[in-house]
Amino acid sequence: MNEGVKEVITPKKNLLDINLKEIWSYRDLLVLFVRRDFVAVYKQTILGPMWFVIQPIFTTLIFTLIFGKLASIPTDGLPQILFYMCGITCWNYFAECLNKTSNTFVANANIFGKVYFPRLILPISIIISNLLKFGIQFLLFLVFLVYFYWNGYNVQPNYHMFLLPYLLFLMAGLGLGFGILISSLTTKYRDFQFLLIFGVQLFMYATPIVYPLSLAKEKLGSYSWVTLANPMTSVIETFKFAFLGRGEFSWFNIGYSTLFMLILLFLGTLTFNKVEQTFMDTV
Amino acid sequence: MSWMIKIENVSKMYRLGLVGAGTFQDDLKRTWYKWLGKDDPFLKIGEENKRDVSGGDYIWALKDINFEVGKGEVLGIIGKNGAGKSTLLKLLSKVTKPSTGSITTKGRIASLLEVGTGFHPELTGRENIFLNGAILGMKKYEIRNKFDEIVDFSGCERYIDTPVKRYSSGMHVRLAFAVAAHLDPEILVVDEVLAVGDAEFQAKAIGKMKSVSQGDGRTVLFVSHNMASIKSLCSRAVLMKNGTIHESGDVDSIVNSYLNSNLNITDAPSLDRETIKLMQEGVINKSNPSFEIEKIELQNSSARVLSNFYSNEPVFIKIYLKVFRGISNLRIAVQLIDENESNLLTSLSNDDKEYLNYIQNNKIEPGHYDLKCEIPVNILSQKKYYLSLDVINVKTEHIILKKFMSFEVKFAGYNGLSAENFSNAYFRPQYNWTIDKIKDDAK
Repeated sequence: MNEGVKEVITPKKNLLDINLKEIWSYRDLLVLFVRRDFVAVYKQTILGPMWFVIQPIFTTLIFTLIFGKLASIPTDGLPQILFYMCGITCWNYFAECLNKTSNTFVANANIFGKVYFPRLILPISIIISNLLKFGIQFLLFLVFLVYFYWNGYNVQPNYHMFLLPYLLFLMAGLGLGFGILISSLTTKYRDFQFLLIFGVQLFMYATPIVYPLSLAKEKLGSYSWVTLANPMTSVIETFKFAFLGRGEFSWFNIGYSTLFMLILLFLGTLTFNKVEQTFMDTV
Repeated sequence: MSWMIKIENVSKMYRLGLVGAGTFQDDLKRTWYKWLGKDDPFLKIGEENKRDVSGGDYIWALKDINFEVGKGEVLGIIGKNGAGKSTLLKLLSKVTKPSTGSITTKGRIASLLEVGTGFHPELTGRENIFLNGAILGMKKYEIRNKFDEIVDFSGCERYIDTPVKRYSSGMHVRLAFAVAAHLDPEILVVDEVLAVGDAEFQAKAIGKMKSVSQGDGRTVLFVSHNMASIKSLCSRAVLMKNGTIHESGDVDSIVNSYLNSNLNITDAPSLDRETIKLMQEGVINKSNPSFEIEKIELQNSSARVLSNFYSNEPVFIKIYLKVFRGISNLRIAVQLIDENESNLLTSLSNDDKEYLNYIQNNKIEPGHYDLKCEIPVNILSQKKYYLSLDVINVKTEHIILKKFMSFEVKFAGYNGLSAENFSNAYFRPQYNWTIDKIKDDAK
C-alpha cells in the first residue's frame, strides 16, 4: 500500500504547476480515450471507417467545382484535385483538433463531475485520435498523388516531406493551444462557442487552402498580412511544397509558426490549469 | 489509529441563480479586488445553506468542516437533502476545489458519485470496465488481472459485450461499483448510488465494503439515506446539517439523533420494516421476538397510501404484523399527538367489541396479519397530526413507536361552508345544534 503518497487539496494551486508526471502515469487512460474517440465515432454505421475517406473526397470535389471551375482560381499550375485535397487534408486535422478540444469541458462535464483524473488527458487524447484519422486521409492523398505522378502530371515531391512529423507537431500544437484556450473561456460564459463556429470557417479563408499564397500576395497587396500573420499559412505552404513541389517554403515562416504555437500553448495550458480546478461549479 | 483523511476548516461557496451578465459583473469586481490585493468580497456575504428559505445569491454549501478519518474506518455521512454531503464527497474526490481550507489524503481515492461514473454509452461493458478502471487510475494489467472478478461481482456477464446504453440503471450501478470496489483504493468514497440496485446487490455491496475495510484496512466514506445499511456498515457517523457538521460520534447515537430530528421520516405515509426497527423502543425481545411490524401505512378509504387527508374522509392506520409464535393477548394503542407532544386522543384496540371477541376466542397463530384502525370522518380539524403507537403482547413484549409518523388534514367544511377561520382547533367535529322558537314577540 502506498501510504506514503500524501496529497493536499487546497483552494488554489500554483498556475505553473503542471503535473506532467501525473499525466504520464495516466497514459493507459490516454490510450483508452483515443480508442474510445476513434471507435465510438463509427459505431452503428454501415460504412464505418469509410466515412473518414468519403468526407475529404466530396469536399475536394466541391472545391474543385466551385473554386477551380466556377471561380477559376489558379492553383500554381498543379492539378486542381491534388491542390485542394492537399490543403483539405491538412486543414481538417487542425480544424478537428480545434473544434473537438474547444468543448472539452462542456462535452465531458458528465465524466469530470464524477471522478478525478488529469483533465489535460482528454484534449491530448483528441489530438492523438485525430492523428489516426489524419493518417487515413493522408494515405488517401498519397494514393491520388501517386496516380497523378505516374500519369505524368507536373508534381515534384521532394525531401522536404521529411518535415511532415514537425508539421503535424505544429498543427497539433496550434489546434490544442487554441482549443484549450477556448474551452477554458467557455466554461462559464458560452460566448466564445458562438465565435468559434464561424471563426473556424473564416480562419480557413485566411489560410491558403483554396488559393495559393503567391496569388494572395499578388492580388491582396497590403491586405495579405492577414494570411502571412496566420500561423497555419506556413504549415500548409510547406506541406504543399514538400509533396507537390509548389508553394512557399521558408525557415523563417516555420520559425514564426513555432514561436506562435509555443506562446499559444503556454497561455492555453495556463488558463486550462486555472479553470480545471473549479469549472464544475460553473459549467 | 493513524489518519487517512484530514479535513481542516473546509468551506465551499456556491452562487445561486443563472450565469449571465450579472455574474460577469461579480467576476470583474472579484478580479479588481484581487488586483488591489484584497480578499474576495463575496466570501463575506455568504449565507447559511437553507434550502427552503429565500435570501441572497451566495451560500455556503459547506462551512468550516473539520474531521479526520482513520485507517480501516468506515464513516457514514447522513443528513437531509442539501445538507452538503455530496459536496463534501466531491471535494474529496477532487472534482472541484474548496473555497477555503485544506484536505489532506494519504493514498489513492476511488469515488463512486452518482450513477454510471464515466461510462461511455456506445462502448460495451468490457470496454467500459477498462475505460472506467483507467479513469479511476488503474493500470491496464491490474484491470486485466481483476477482470473476471469484476464481471463476476457485477453479475452482468451476459451483457458484457453489449453497449452500456442498453443496460438498466441497476446494471449500470452494479458494473460501476464492481470496478470501483476492485480497484483496491486506499480510500473508497461511495455516494448514495446503491439505492438503485436491488436488495441482493445492496447486501453484496455492503458486504464487499465491510471486507475491504476490515480485511484490508482500507478507509470507506459512505453516504446513504438508508439508516439500516449505515448502521450495519459504519462504526462512526457524522450528521450534516445546512453545510456544517451537526454531530459526530458513534453510529447508533448519530442515527438516533437523526431519526429523532425526524423531519424526513414522519412525512412518509409508509414505513418499512428496517425503518421501524430503528425507531422502536420499549420492551423488545431482540433475539426471539414473538412478532414484528413489517409495515405501517396511512390509507384513505380507497386504500391509497397518503399523508394528506380531508376531514370528511376516514384515515386508516394499517399495521402489517408478522407473528412468529402464538400470541394469546395482542393489544394495540394509537395516539394522536400535536407538535408539542401533547396527547390529543387515544384509542385502544380492545375498545372495539369485535376485536375483543376475536382476541378472546382465538389464539393468534404464526402468520401474517393486517390490523386496521379507522379514525372516522368529521372529527379532525385543519392541522398536522402526529401518531404514536404501542403494540403489546401482554406481559411479554411492548413495542413503542413515539411520534413516528404524521399526516395533514384539510378541513372540508360542513354543508358546503368551509368557515376556515374557525378551524384553528385540534378537533372540528359535527355536533348536534338546535334552534327553537320559544316565544313570538308579536307587536
